This record gives sequence, C-alpha cells and structure tokens, in this order.
Amino acid sequence: MLALILYLLIIGAGTGGELCVARAMKTVGEVKDFRPAALLRLVPRVLRVPWIWAGVTLMATAFFSLLAVLSTENVSLVVPVTALSYGVGALGGKFFLGEQVSARRWAGVFLVCAGVTLVIVGRR
Amino acid sequence: MPKIVDRRSLSHMKPAASPHFKTYLLICLMVIFGPLGNVLLGKGMKQMSASSAGTTAGTLDLIPRVLTSGTIWLGIGSLLTFFVAYMLVLSWADYSYVQPASAAAYGMVALLAHFILREVVTPTRWMGVMLICLGVLVVGYTPPRTTDRR
Repeated sequence: MLALILYLLIIGAGTGGELCVARAMKTVGEVKDFRPAALLRLVPRVLRVPWIWAGVTLMATAFFSLLAVLSTENVSLVVPVTALSYGVGALGGKFFLGEQVSARRWAGVFLVCAGVTLVIVGRR
Repeated sequence: MPKIVDRRSLSHMKPAASPHFKTYLLICLMVIFGPLGNVLLGKGMKQMSASSAGTTAGTLDLIPRVLTSGTIWLGIGSLLTFFVAYMLVLSWADYSYVQPASAAAYGMVALLAHFILREVVTPTRWMGVMLICLGVLVVGYTPPRTTDRR
C-alpha cells in the first residue's frame, strides 16, 4: 500500500510539478544568453514567478517518493513505471496549458502505457 | 549607406546558438544526466536499505544516512544538471515537445541498470522499454507547438 501511494506521488506530483515549471518558464520567456553571469541574473526573475514555487514543491515531493521507492525496488522497474506520467502529462497539457492533444498523440500515450504494463508484467 | 547596428543587440546575440542546436544540446544533457542520476540514486539507496526495507519508520531513519552518501550526492548533482537543462529548454520549447524527447532516457536507464547495477532486465521488460520509446516517438512526431507564443 505504501509503495502504491509513493508511485502515485511520483507520477501525480512529478507531472504536476513539471507542468507548473513549464508555465513558469513560459512566463519568464525564452533564454537566449547562456553565459554564467546571464544565467545567474535569470535566477531572481524565475524565483519571482509563483508557479516555480508550486512546481519545485511538487517535484521535491515526487523526488523524495522516488528515493523511498528506490530503496526497495529495482531502478529498471521504477523508472519505466514513471512513464505513466505521459498520460497525466497529456491531460495536464490539454487542460492546464491549453495544448491540443491530437489522436496521434493519444495513440503514443497509449503505446507508452502498454509498454509500462509490459515492464510491470515482466518483473521476473 | 552603412547599416546602423545596435551594439547592445549584437552583444546579446553573439553567445546565442541556433534554436535547433541549443534544443538538441540541452535534450542530450537531459538524456545523459537524468538516467545517470536515477542509477546513482538507486545504487546509493540499495547500499543502505537492507535494515529498513518496507516500513515507514525505517524509511524515515534513512534520511541522515542518505545525506552522508557520496553516491547519493553524485546522483543529486546529476539530477540538478538535468533539471537546469530542463528548465532552460522549457523557456522556448513546448512541454509536449520536451517531454517526449526524454524517450531515449528509458532505454539508457535500462542499459545503465543492466551494466552498472547488474540488475536482471528480462526480455519482456526490454520489450516494454522499446514500446515506451516507440510511443514517445509517436508523440514526438506531433506538432511541437499547439498554443500561441506568450
């Protein structure tokens, strides 16, 4: 049961965090200057966007859940299972970021989920 | 008549690479450092999990030991590199374009787990990894941007 909750946190909080970070970085705008000083100047601009804090908090939750699961499960099982985030990500892209998720994209998401099922079935 | 060149914009453009080059470069960094970080974390956590596997209290007891493990810190460093590359690429590319670009990471993490951690990866699981990569590639062939630029 604990493992199931941790997997849900990895997928749900991880994808939610990525969506929030994506929204924050779109607010900041395209980064064109990669010199270290320019990247350092970018940090306060990024930190002023509230979405980044929500994103980092959710991604940190997913990260510590990942650490806990990795203490008992093989990394070659845990990481592919997190591919379920593609399904959650497609839904988040559609409803949170306003992206158009086409039939082809849903087909790809289905293939990913089928692959995840095979990974779980082929556990040993 | 000579063209008037805005020095400020010239100095701003000089270090900027082409959009495709910088996108591929950052996605390559993501594909290398993401799986490497996961494998290092997996190795570090396995080294200290024998006495505390499966219980909530045992999981909490792990925290101080986690913070003193070099392997864990290397894994965290790799994942931080991945995260910085990820944030930078998201500043211009679609989330639905960047997310599928991590497809190679699933194959790479299986390879690293097999060759570095000596984990047993069954043929069924390899097929699953290949199907995941195929699905992610199908997603990747959809238009990278479906929303207006903000």
